[in-house]
Amino acid sequence: MPKKMHITLTVNGKEEEFLAEPRELLIYTLRERLNITGPHIGCETSHCGACTVTIGGKSVKSCTMFVAQADGADITTIEGIGGPDNLHPLQEAFKEHHGLQCGYCTPGMITRATKLLEEIPNPTEEEIRFGMAGNLCRCTGYQNIVKSIQAAAAEMSAAKEAAE
Amino acid sequence: MIPAAFEYYRPKDMEGVLSLLAEHGDEARVMAGGHSLIPMMKLRMADVPHLIDLQDVGGLSDIEVGTDSIRIGAMVTQSDIITHEGLATAAPILREAALQIADPQVRYMGTVGGNVANGDPGNDMPGLMQCLDATFHLIGADGTRDVPARDFYEAAYMTAREDEEVLTAVTIPLLKGGHAYEKQKRKIGDYATAAAAVQIVNEGGTCAAASIAMTNLSDTPIYSQAACDALVGTSVDDSAIKAAMAAMLGDIDPSEDNRGPVAFKKHVAGIILRRAIERAWSRA
Ligand SMILES: Cc1cc2nc3c(=O)[nH]c(=O)nc-3n(C[C@H](O)[C@H](O)[C@H](O)COP(=O)(O)OP(=O)(O)OC[C@H]3O[C@@H](n4cnc5c(N)ncnc54)[C@H](O)[C@@H]3O)c2cc1C
Ligand code: FES
Ligand code: FES
Repeated sequence: MPKKMHITLTVNGKEEEFLAEPRELLIYTLRERLNITGPHIGCETSHCGACTVTIGGKSVKSCTMFVAQADGADITTIEGIGGPDNLHPLQEAFKEHHGLQCGYCTPGMITRATKLLEEIPNPTEEEIRFGMAGNLCRCTGYQNIVKSIQAAAAEMSAAKEAAE
Repeated sequence: MIPAAFEYYRPKDMEGVLSLLAEHGDEARVMAGGHSLIPMMKLRMADVPHLIDLQDVGGLSDIEVGTDSIRIGAMVTQSDIITHEGLATAAPILREAALQIADPQVRYMGTVGGNVANGDPGNDMPGLMQCLDATFHLIGADGTRDVPARDFYEAAYMTAREDEEVLTAVTIPLLKGGHAYEKQKRKIGDYATAAAAVQIVNEGGTCAAASIAMTNLSDTPIYSQAACDALVGTSVDDSAIKAAMAAMLGDIDPSEDNRGPVAFKKHVAGIILRRAIERAWSRA
Protein backbone atom coordinates (compact mmCIF):
# COMPACT_ATOMS: atom_id res chain seq x y z
CA MET A 1 0.00 0.00 0.00
CA PRO A 2 1.44 3.40 -0.93
CA LYS A 3 2.02 5.68 2.01
CA LYS A 4 -0.64 8.24 2.82
CA MET A 5 0.17 11.84 3.58
CA HIS A 6 -1.34 14.15 6.12
CA ILE A 7 -2.92 16.97 4.10
CA THR A 8 -4.32 20.30 5.23
CA LEU A 9 -6.28 22.49 2.83
CA THR A 10 -8.39 25.58 3.22
CA VAL A 11 -11.33 25.30 0.85
CA ASN A 12 -13.73 28.23 0.60
CA GLY A 13 -12.53 29.44 3.98
CA LYS A 14 -12.98 26.11 5.74
CA GLU A 15 -10.03 24.10 6.96
CA GLU A 16 -9.95 20.44 5.89
CA GLU A 17 -7.58 17.79 7.20
CA PHE A 18 -7.29 14.22 6.00
CA LEU A 19 -4.93 11.44 4.95
CA ALA A 20 -4.52 10.86 1.23
CA GLU A 21 -2.18 9.29 -1.23
CA PRO A 22 0.00 12.01 -2.80
CA ARG A 23 -1.09 10.95 -6.31
CA GLU A 24 -4.74 11.82 -5.68
CA LEU A 25 -5.72 14.53 -8.16
CA LEU A 26 -7.10 17.65 -6.52
CA ILE A 27 -10.33 17.47 -8.52
CA TYR A 28 -11.08 14.09 -6.91
CA THR A 29 -10.20 15.40 -3.48
CA LEU A 30 -12.71 18.19 -3.94
CA ARG A 31 -15.49 16.19 -5.53
CA GLU A 32 -15.26 12.81 -3.89
CA ARG A 33 -13.55 13.40 -0.58
CA LEU A 34 -14.93 16.83 0.33
CA ASN A 35 -18.19 16.59 -1.62
CA ILE A 36 -17.51 19.94 -3.29
CA THR A 37 -18.98 19.08 -6.67
CA GLY A 38 -19.01 22.52 -8.36
CA PRO A 39 -15.71 21.95 -10.16
CA HIS A 40 -16.43 19.42 -12.92
CA ILE A 41 -14.39 16.86 -14.77
CA GLY A 42 -14.71 17.51 -18.49
CA CYS A 43 -11.63 16.08 -20.13
CA GLU A 44 -9.31 15.11 -17.30
CA THR A 45 -6.43 15.98 -19.64
CA SER A 46 -5.77 19.66 -18.80
CA HIS A 47 -7.67 21.03 -21.79
CA CYS A 48 -11.25 21.99 -20.98
CA GLY A 49 -11.05 24.07 -17.80
CA ALA A 50 -14.26 22.63 -16.28
CA CYS A 51 -12.22 21.74 -13.18
CA THR A 52 -10.83 25.28 -12.70
CA VAL A 53 -10.40 26.49 -9.13
CA THR A 54 -8.48 29.43 -7.68
CA ILE A 55 -5.36 28.63 -5.68
CA GLY A 56 -3.20 31.36 -4.20
CA GLY A 57 -4.46 33.88 -6.75
CA LYS A 58 -4.03 31.63 -9.78
CA SER A 59 -6.65 29.91 -11.92
CA VAL A 60 -5.67 26.26 -11.81
CA LYS A 61 -6.97 23.17 -13.57
CA SER A 62 -7.48 20.94 -10.56
CA CYS A 63 -7.22 17.78 -12.68
CA THR A 64 -3.58 18.70 -13.21
CA MET A 65 -2.49 19.07 -9.60
CA PHE A 66 -1.71 16.38 -7.07
CA VAL A 67 -3.29 16.82 -3.66
CA ALA A 68 0.24 16.66 -2.24
CA GLN A 69 1.18 19.80 -4.21
CA ALA A 70 -1.84 21.59 -2.83
CA ASP A 71 -1.01 20.72 0.80
CA GLY A 72 -1.25 23.97 2.77
CA ALA A 73 -3.03 25.84 -0.04
CA ASP A 74 -5.98 28.20 0.07
CA ILE A 75 -8.51 27.09 -2.55
CA THR A 76 -11.66 28.77 -3.83
CA THR A 77 -14.24 26.90 -5.88
CA ILE A 78 -17.49 28.13 -7.42
CA GLU A 79 -19.20 27.32 -4.09
CA GLY A 80 -17.01 29.95 -2.43
CA ILE A 81 -17.78 32.58 -5.05
CA GLY A 82 -21.54 32.78 -4.47
CA GLY A 83 -24.61 30.64 -3.84
CA PRO A 84 -28.33 30.70 -4.65
CA ASP A 85 -29.00 33.35 -2.00
CA ASN A 86 -26.03 35.56 -2.75
CA LEU A 87 -25.18 35.26 -6.42
CA HIS A 88 -21.89 36.82 -7.48
CA PRO A 89 -22.35 39.45 -10.23
CA LEU A 90 -20.80 36.98 -12.69
CA GLN A 91 -23.31 34.30 -11.72
CA GLU A 92 -26.13 36.81 -12.01
CA ALA A 93 -24.87 37.95 -15.42
CA PHE A 94 -24.51 34.41 -16.78
CA LYS A 95 -28.11 33.81 -15.72
CA GLU A 96 -29.40 37.07 -17.22
CA HIS A 97 -27.48 36.88 -20.50
CA HIS A 98 -27.81 33.17 -21.22
CA GLY A 99 -24.12 32.55 -20.60
CA LEU A 100 -24.93 28.87 -20.14
CA GLN A 101 -26.96 26.15 -21.73
CA CYS A 102 -26.22 22.74 -20.24
CA GLY A 103 -24.14 24.42 -17.52
CA TYR A 104 -21.39 21.85 -17.44
CA CYS A 105 -18.59 24.32 -18.19
CA THR A 106 -20.10 27.12 -16.12
CA PRO A 107 -18.44 26.62 -12.71
CA GLY A 108 -15.04 26.60 -14.38
CA MET A 109 -15.95 29.54 -16.61
CA ILE A 110 -17.13 31.70 -13.74
CA THR A 111 -14.26 30.74 -11.46
CA ARG A 112 -11.78 31.66 -14.18
CA ALA A 113 -13.69 34.87 -14.97
CA THR A 114 -13.47 36.08 -11.34
CA LYS A 115 -9.68 36.01 -11.67
CA LEU A 116 -9.72 37.57 -15.14
CA LEU A 117 -11.78 40.51 -13.86
CA GLU A 118 -9.38 40.95 -10.94
CA GLU A 119 -6.52 41.30 -13.42
CA ILE A 120 -8.43 43.28 -16.06
CA PRO A 121 -11.51 44.93 -14.51
CA ASN A 122 -12.91 46.19 -17.83
CA PRO A 123 -11.73 43.79 -20.48
CA THR A 124 -12.37 44.18 -24.20
CA GLU A 125 -14.03 41.32 -26.07
CA GLU A 126 -10.62 40.27 -27.33
CA GLU A 127 -9.16 40.27 -23.83
CA ILE A 128 -12.07 38.17 -22.60
CA ARG A 129 -11.69 35.62 -25.39
CA PHE A 130 -7.92 35.41 -24.80
CA GLY A 131 -8.25 35.34 -21.01
CA MET A 132 -10.92 32.63 -21.13
CA ALA A 133 -9.10 30.50 -23.70
CA GLY A 134 -8.40 27.74 -21.18
CA ASN A 135 -12.15 27.07 -20.76
CA LEU A 136 -14.11 25.21 -23.39
CA CYS A 137 -17.87 25.26 -23.86
CA ARG A 138 -19.65 22.74 -26.07
CA CYS A 139 -23.01 24.54 -26.11
CA THR A 140 -23.06 28.29 -26.24
CA GLY A 141 -20.68 29.24 -29.04
CA TYR A 142 -19.11 31.60 -26.48
CA GLN A 143 -21.02 34.68 -27.67
CA ASN A 144 -23.18 34.89 -24.58
CA ILE A 145 -20.33 33.97 -22.28
CA VAL A 146 -18.46 37.03 -23.53
CA LYS A 147 -21.61 39.15 -23.11
CA SER A 148 -22.13 37.86 -19.58
CA ILE A 149 -18.58 38.66 -18.55
CA GLN A 150 -18.84 42.13 -20.07
CA ALA A 151 -22.11 42.73 -18.23
CA ALA A 152 -20.64 41.56 -14.93
CA ALA A 153 -17.56 43.74 -15.46
CA ALA A 154 -19.78 46.79 -16.01
CA GLU A 155 -21.89 45.92 -12.97
CA MET A 156 -18.84 45.36 -10.75
CA SER A 157 -17.16 48.59 -11.89
CA ALA A 158 -20.34 50.57 -11.27
CA ALA A 159 -20.70 49.05 -7.81
CA LYS A 160 -17.07 49.87 -7.05
CA GLU A 161 -17.48 53.48 -8.16
CA ALA A 162 -20.64 53.83 -6.11
CA ALA A 163 -18.78 52.53 -3.06
CA GLU A 164 -15.93 55.04 -3.48
CA MET B 1 -6.70 8.81 -15.11
CA ILE B 2 -4.78 7.80 -12.05
CA PRO B 3 -1.00 7.87 -12.13
CA ALA B 4 1.09 5.16 -10.53
CA ALA B 5 1.82 5.66 -6.84
CA PHE B 6 4.87 7.66 -5.79
CA GLU B 7 6.64 9.01 -2.77
CA TYR B 8 6.27 12.79 -2.57
CA TYR B 9 8.92 15.16 -1.24
CA ARG B 10 8.89 18.92 -0.88
CA PRO B 11 12.41 19.90 0.20
CA LYS B 12 13.06 23.44 1.45
CA ASP B 13 16.39 23.95 -0.28
CA MET B 14 18.56 22.78 -3.17
CA GLU B 15 20.70 20.68 -0.85
CA GLY B 16 17.60 18.67 0.01
CA VAL B 17 16.74 18.25 -3.66
CA LEU B 18 20.24 17.11 -4.59
CA SER B 19 20.48 14.59 -1.76
CA LEU B 20 17.12 13.05 -2.78
CA LEU B 21 18.32 12.85 -6.39
CA ALA B 22 21.57 11.24 -5.24
CA GLU B 23 19.68 8.74 -3.10
CA HIS B 24 17.09 7.67 -5.67
CA GLY B 25 18.95 8.12 -8.96
CA ASP B 26 16.80 7.75 -12.06
CA GLU B 27 13.83 6.67 -9.93
CA ALA B 28 13.48 10.31 -8.88
CA ARG B 29 12.38 13.38 -10.81
CA VAL B 30 11.90 16.98 -9.93
CA MET B 31 8.57 18.67 -10.62
CA ALA B 32 8.13 22.38 -11.28
CA GLY B 33 4.66 23.40 -12.50
CA GLY B 34 3.81 19.81 -13.32
CA HIS B 35 1.98 20.77 -16.51
CA SER B 36 4.09 18.55 -18.72
CA LEU B 37 4.99 15.94 -16.13
CA ILE B 38 1.56 15.28 -14.55
CA PRO B 39 -0.19 14.64 -17.90
CA MET B 40 2.60 12.16 -18.73
CA MET B 41 2.25 10.50 -15.32
CA LYS B 42 -1.53 10.28 -15.75
CA LEU B 43 -1.02 8.56 -19.08
CA ARG B 44 1.56 6.34 -17.34
CA MET B 45 4.08 7.38 -19.96
CA ALA B 46 6.28 8.71 -17.17
CA ASP B 47 6.97 6.53 -14.16
CA VAL B 48 8.26 8.54 -11.22
CA PRO B 49 8.55 6.51 -8.02
CA HIS B 50 10.06 9.50 -6.17
CA LEU B 51 8.61 12.90 -7.00
CA ILE B 52 10.50 15.96 -5.76
CA ASP B 53 8.36 19.11 -5.81
CA LEU B 54 10.48 22.26 -6.23
CA GLN B 55 7.79 24.71 -5.07
CA ASP B 56 9.39 25.43 -1.66
CA VAL B 57 12.99 25.69 -2.86
CA GLY B 58 13.99 29.34 -2.52
CA GLY B 59 15.96 31.47 -4.94
CA LEU B 60 14.55 30.00 -8.15
CA SER B 61 11.87 32.58 -8.91
CA ASP B 62 13.83 35.77 -9.55
CA ILE B 63 14.00 37.77 -12.76
CA GLU B 64 17.11 39.98 -12.89
CA VAL B 65 17.42 42.44 -15.74
CA GLY B 66 21.10 43.44 -15.78
CA THR B 67 23.03 45.79 -18.05
CA ASP B 68 24.41 43.08 -20.31
CA SER B 69 22.24 40.07 -19.57
CA ILE B 70 18.92 38.86 -18.18
CA ARG B 71 18.77 36.03 -15.66
CA ILE B 72 15.51 34.13 -15.21
CA GLY B 73 15.11 31.65 -12.37
CA ALA B 74 13.93 28.16 -13.27
CA MET B 75 10.68 28.50 -11.30
CA VAL B 76 9.61 31.75 -12.99
CA THR B 77 6.27 30.99 -14.66
CA GLN B 78 5.09 31.96 -18.14
CA SER B 79 2.59 34.20 -16.40
CA ASP B 80 5.41 35.93 -14.42
CA ILE B 81 7.18 36.61 -17.73
CA ILE B 82 4.05 38.15 -19.23
CA THR B 83 3.44 40.50 -16.29
CA HIS B 84 7.06 41.52 -15.53
CA GLU B 85 7.54 45.19 -16.44
CA GLY B 86 11.33 45.14 -16.72
CA LEU B 87 11.20 42.27 -19.17
CA ALA B 88 8.54 43.97 -21.27
CA THR B 89 11.10 46.63 -22.20
CA ALA B 90 14.34 44.60 -22.00
CA ALA B 91 13.15 41.51 -23.85
CA PRO B 92 9.64 41.86 -25.28
CA ILE B 93 10.11 38.69 -27.35
CA LEU B 94 9.88 36.63 -24.14
CA ARG B 95 6.42 37.99 -23.52
CA GLU B 96 5.47 37.59 -27.19
CA ALA B 97 6.44 33.91 -27.01
CA ALA B 98 4.98 33.23 -23.55
CA LEU B 99 1.59 34.58 -24.67
CA GLN B 100 1.56 31.94 -27.39
CA ILE B 101 2.12 29.07 -24.96
CA ALA B 102 -0.90 27.07 -23.85
CA ASP B 103 -3.72 28.95 -22.09
CA PRO B 104 -4.01 31.19 -19.00
CA GLN B 105 -4.39 28.36 -16.48
CA VAL B 106 -1.36 26.51 -17.84
CA ARG B 107 0.72 29.70 -17.95
CA TYR B 108 0.17 30.34 -14.23
CA MET B 109 1.74 26.97 -13.44
CA GLY B 110 4.19 26.22 -16.25
CA THR B 111 7.74 27.38 -15.58
CA VAL B 112 10.64 28.45 -17.76
CA GLY B 113 12.85 25.77 -16.20
CA GLY B 114 10.29 23.03 -16.81
CA ASN B 115 9.70 24.21 -20.36
CA VAL B 116 13.39 24.20 -21.32
CA ALA B 117 14.38 21.10 -19.30
CA ASN B 118 11.48 18.96 -20.49
CA GLY B 119 13.06 18.20 -23.87
CA ASP B 120 9.71 17.91 -25.67
CA PRO B 121 10.23 19.22 -29.22
CA GLY B 122 6.80 20.87 -28.95
CA ASN B 123 7.87 23.24 -26.18
CA ASP B 124 8.29 26.83 -27.32
CA MET B 125 11.00 28.14 -24.99
CA PRO B 126 13.85 25.87 -26.19
CA GLY B 127 13.78 27.28 -29.74
CA LEU B 128 13.48 30.80 -28.40
CA MET B 129 16.44 30.22 -26.06
CA GLN B 130 18.51 28.96 -28.98
CA CYS B 131 17.66 32.03 -31.01
CA LEU B 132 18.65 34.31 -28.11
CA ASP B 133 21.82 32.27 -27.44
CA ALA B 134 20.85 31.65 -23.82
CA THR B 135 22.92 29.72 -21.32
CA PHE B 136 21.36 27.18 -18.96
CA HIS B 137 22.72 26.91 -15.42
CA LEU B 138 22.76 23.47 -13.84
CA ILE B 139 23.60 22.29 -10.36
CA GLY B 140 24.53 18.76 -9.31
CA ALA B 141 26.51 16.84 -6.75
CA ASP B 142 29.76 18.07 -8.30
CA GLY B 143 28.77 21.72 -8.28
CA THR B 144 27.45 23.99 -10.99
CA ARG B 145 28.02 24.10 -14.73
CA ASP B 146 26.74 26.07 -17.67
CA VAL B 147 25.49 24.67 -20.96
CA PRO B 148 24.67 26.81 -24.01
CA ALA B 149 21.05 26.34 -25.11
CA ARG B 150 22.38 25.52 -28.58
CA ASP B 151 24.24 22.48 -27.16
CA PHE B 152 21.57 21.32 -24.72
CA TYR B 153 19.12 19.31 -26.87
CA GLU B 154 20.20 15.84 -28.03
CA ALA B 155 16.95 14.09 -29.03
CA ALA B 156 13.32 14.10 -27.91
CA TYR B 157 13.37 14.14 -24.08
CA MET B 158 17.17 13.72 -24.14
CA THR B 159 19.20 16.71 -23.03
CA ALA B 160 22.69 17.48 -21.78
CA ARG B 161 21.31 17.57 -18.21
CA GLU B 162 22.25 14.52 -16.15
CA ASP B 163 19.48 12.78 -14.18
CA GLU B 164 20.84 14.05 -10.88
CA GLU B 165 21.22 17.67 -12.03
CA VAL B 166 18.72 20.49 -11.57
CA LEU B 167 18.36 23.50 -13.85
CA THR B 168 18.49 26.62 -11.69
CA ALA B 169 18.30 29.50 -14.17
CA VAL B 170 18.62 30.71 -17.72
CA THR B 171 20.78 33.68 -18.76
CA ILE B 172 20.09 35.61 -21.94
CA PRO B 173 22.61 38.10 -23.34
CA LEU B 174 21.20 41.55 -23.86
CA LEU B 175 18.99 41.53 -26.93
CA LYS B 176 20.16 43.12 -30.16
CA GLY B 177 18.09 44.54 -33.01
CA GLY B 178 14.57 43.35 -33.78
CA HIS B 179 12.86 40.12 -32.78
CA ALA B 180 9.78 38.06 -33.43
CA TYR B 181 8.27 34.81 -32.25
CA GLU B 182 5.79 33.50 -34.79
CA LYS B 183 3.80 30.31 -34.18
CA GLN B 184 1.26 28.40 -36.23
CA LYS B 185 -1.07 26.25 -34.13
CA ARG B 186 -4.42 24.60 -34.71
CA LYS B 187 -6.06 26.34 -31.77
CA ILE B 188 -5.14 28.22 -28.60
CA GLY B 189 -3.50 25.81 -26.19
CA ASP B 190 -1.99 23.71 -28.94
CA TYR B 191 1.66 23.00 -29.52
CA ALA B 192 3.20 24.46 -32.67
CA THR B 193 2.68 23.00 -36.11
CA ALA B 194 5.67 25.21 -36.77
CA ALA B 195 7.20 28.16 -34.92
CA ALA B 196 10.10 30.48 -35.61
CA ALA B 197 12.18 32.69 -33.34
CA VAL B 198 14.13 35.41 -35.11
CA GLN B 199 16.59 38.10 -34.02
CA ILE B 200 17.98 40.50 -36.67
CA VAL B 201 20.35 43.46 -36.48
CA ASN B 202 19.86 46.20 -39.06
CA GLU B 203 22.83 48.46 -39.80
CA GLY B 204 21.87 51.15 -42.31
CA GLY B 205 19.48 48.91 -44.19
CA THR B 206 21.79 45.88 -44.27
CA CYS B 207 21.38 42.84 -42.08
CA ALA B 208 24.48 42.78 -39.87
CA ALA B 209 23.57 39.74 -37.79
CA ALA B 210 20.74 37.22 -37.67
CA SER B 211 19.70 34.39 -35.42
CA ILE B 212 17.00 31.88 -36.39
CA ALA B 213 15.58 28.87 -34.54
CA MET B 214 12.60 26.65 -35.34
CA THR B 215 10.25 24.72 -33.02
CA ASN B 216 8.54 21.32 -33.39
CA LEU B 217 10.00 20.56 -36.80
CA SER B 218 12.56 17.94 -35.68
CA ASP B 219 13.05 15.93 -32.52
CA THR B 220 14.94 18.90 -31.07
CA PRO B 221 14.66 22.64 -31.63
CA ILE B 222 16.70 23.62 -34.69
CA TYR B 223 19.10 26.54 -34.73
CA SER B 224 19.66 27.18 -38.44
CA GLN B 225 23.06 28.75 -39.08
CA ALA B 226 22.49 28.38 -42.82
CA ALA B 227 19.31 30.45 -42.64
CA CYS B 228 21.13 33.15 -40.66
CA ASP B 229 23.95 33.21 -43.21
CA ALA B 230 21.41 33.65 -46.00
CA LEU B 231 20.25 36.93 -44.45
CA VAL B 232 23.51 38.50 -43.27
CA GLY B 233 24.83 41.12 -45.70
CA THR B 234 21.51 41.42 -47.55
CA SER B 235 18.81 44.07 -47.36
CA VAL B 236 16.40 41.33 -46.24
CA ASP B 237 14.52 41.60 -49.51
CA ASP B 238 12.29 38.93 -50.97
CA SER B 239 15.13 36.93 -52.49
CA ALA B 240 17.11 36.92 -49.22
CA ILE B 241 14.04 35.76 -47.30
CA LYS B 242 13.43 33.01 -49.85
CA ALA B 243 17.06 31.92 -49.51
CA ALA B 244 16.73 31.84 -45.71
CA MET B 245 13.53 29.80 -46.01
CA ALA B 246 15.22 27.29 -48.33
CA ALA B 247 18.26 27.05 -46.04
CA MET B 248 16.04 26.47 -42.99
CA LEU B 249 14.09 23.75 -44.84
CA GLY B 250 17.40 21.96 -45.37
CA ASP B 251 18.03 21.89 -41.62
CA ILE B 252 14.64 20.71 -40.28
CA ASP B 253 13.38 17.14 -40.36
CA PRO B 254 9.67 17.13 -39.52
CA SER B 255 7.70 13.92 -39.23
CA GLU B 256 4.08 13.25 -40.03
CA ASP B 257 1.63 13.33 -37.12
CA ASN B 258 -1.84 14.63 -36.33
CA ARG B 259 -0.67 18.16 -37.21
CA GLY B 260 -0.18 17.10 -40.81
CA PRO B 261 2.07 15.38 -43.34
CA VAL B 262 5.70 16.34 -43.87
CA ALA B 263 5.05 18.43 -46.99
CA PHE B 264 2.46 20.51 -45.15
CA LYS B 265 4.75 21.08 -42.18
CA LYS B 266 7.54 22.25 -44.46
CA HIS B 267 5.14 24.60 -46.21
CA VAL B 268 3.98 26.04 -42.90
CA ALA B 269 7.56 26.29 -41.60
CA GLY B 270 8.51 28.44 -44.59
CA ILE B 271 5.57 30.78 -44.20
CA ILE B 272 6.07 31.12 -40.46
CA LEU B 273 9.75 31.88 -40.92
CA ARG B 274 8.95 34.49 -43.56
CA ARG B 275 6.48 36.19 -41.23
CA ALA B 276 8.93 36.11 -38.33
CA ILE B 277 11.75 37.57 -40.43
CA GLU B 278 9.53 40.31 -41.81
CA ARG B 279 8.25 41.24 -38.37
CA ALA B 280 11.70 41.13 -36.74
CA TRP B 281 13.16 43.22 -39.57
CA SER B 282 10.38 45.80 -39.26
CA ARG B 283 11.38 46.18 -35.60
CA ALA B 284 15.15 46.08 -36.16
C1 LIG C 1 -3.09 22.05 -22.24
C2 LIG C 1 -1.64 22.33 -22.31
C3 LIG C 1 -1.13 23.05 -23.37
C4 LIG C 1 0.23 23.33 -23.46
N1 LIG C 1 0.69 24.07 -24.53
C5 LIG C 1 2.01 24.38 -24.60
C6 LIG C 1 2.53 25.15 -25.66
O1 LIG C 1 1.81 25.59 -26.54
N2 LIG C 1 3.87 25.42 -25.67
C7 LIG C 1 4.71 24.98 -24.69
O2 LIG C 1 5.90 25.26 -24.74
N3 LIG C 1 4.24 24.25 -23.67
C8 LIG C 1 2.92 23.93 -23.60
N4 LIG C 1 2.46 23.20 -22.54
C9 LIG C 1 3.42 22.73 -21.53
C10 LIG C 1 3.58 23.72 -20.43
O3 LIG C 1 4.13 24.92 -20.89
C11 LIG C 1 4.44 23.11 -19.32
O4 LIG C 1 4.09 23.77 -18.17
C12 LIG C 1 5.93 23.20 -19.53
O5 LIG C 1 6.32 22.49 -20.67
C13 LIG C 1 6.70 22.53 -18.40
O6 LIG C 1 6.81 23.36 -17.33
P1 LIG C 1 6.41 22.84 -15.89
O7 LIG C 1 6.93 23.86 -14.96
O8 LIG C 1 4.98 22.56 -15.86
O9 LIG C 1 7.32 21.53 -15.77
P2 LIG C 1 7.04 20.09 -15.17
O10 LIG C 1 5.88 19.47 -15.83
O11 LIG C 1 7.04 20.18 -13.70
O12 LIG C 1 8.37 19.36 -15.63
C14 LIG C 1 8.61 19.01 -16.98
C15 LIG C 1 9.91 18.20 -17.05
O13 LIG C 1 11.02 19.03 -16.75
C16 LIG C 1 11.70 18.57 -15.60
N5 LIG C 1 12.04 19.76 -14.81
C17 LIG C 1 11.19 20.73 -14.39
N6 LIG C 1 11.86 21.71 -13.76
C18 LIG C 1 13.15 21.34 -13.77
C19 LIG C 1 14.34 21.95 -13.28
N7 LIG C 1 14.33 23.14 -12.65
N8 LIG C 1 15.51 21.28 -13.45
C20 LIG C 1 15.54 20.08 -14.09
N9 LIG C 1 14.46 19.48 -14.58
C21 LIG C 1 13.27 20.11 -14.43
C22 LIG C 1 10.76 17.62 -14.90
O14 LIG C 1 11.47 16.62 -14.18
C23 LIG C 1 9.97 17.05 -16.06
O15 LIG C 1 10.68 16.00 -16.65
C24 LIG C 1 1.11 22.89 -22.43
C25 LIG C 1 0.60 22.17 -21.36
C26 LIG C 1 -0.74 21.88 -21.29
C27 LIG C 1 -1.24 21.11 -20.12
S1 FES D 1 -11.12 18.33 -16.44
FE1 FES D 1 -9.40 19.51 -15.93
S2 FES D 1 -9.03 20.62 -17.72
FE2 FES D 1 -10.67 19.31 -18.33
S1 FES E 1 -23.02 25.42 -21.36
FE1 FES E 1 -22.81 23.35 -21.98
S2 FES E 1 -20.66 23.17 -22.05
FE2 FES E 1 -20.90 25.25 -21.74
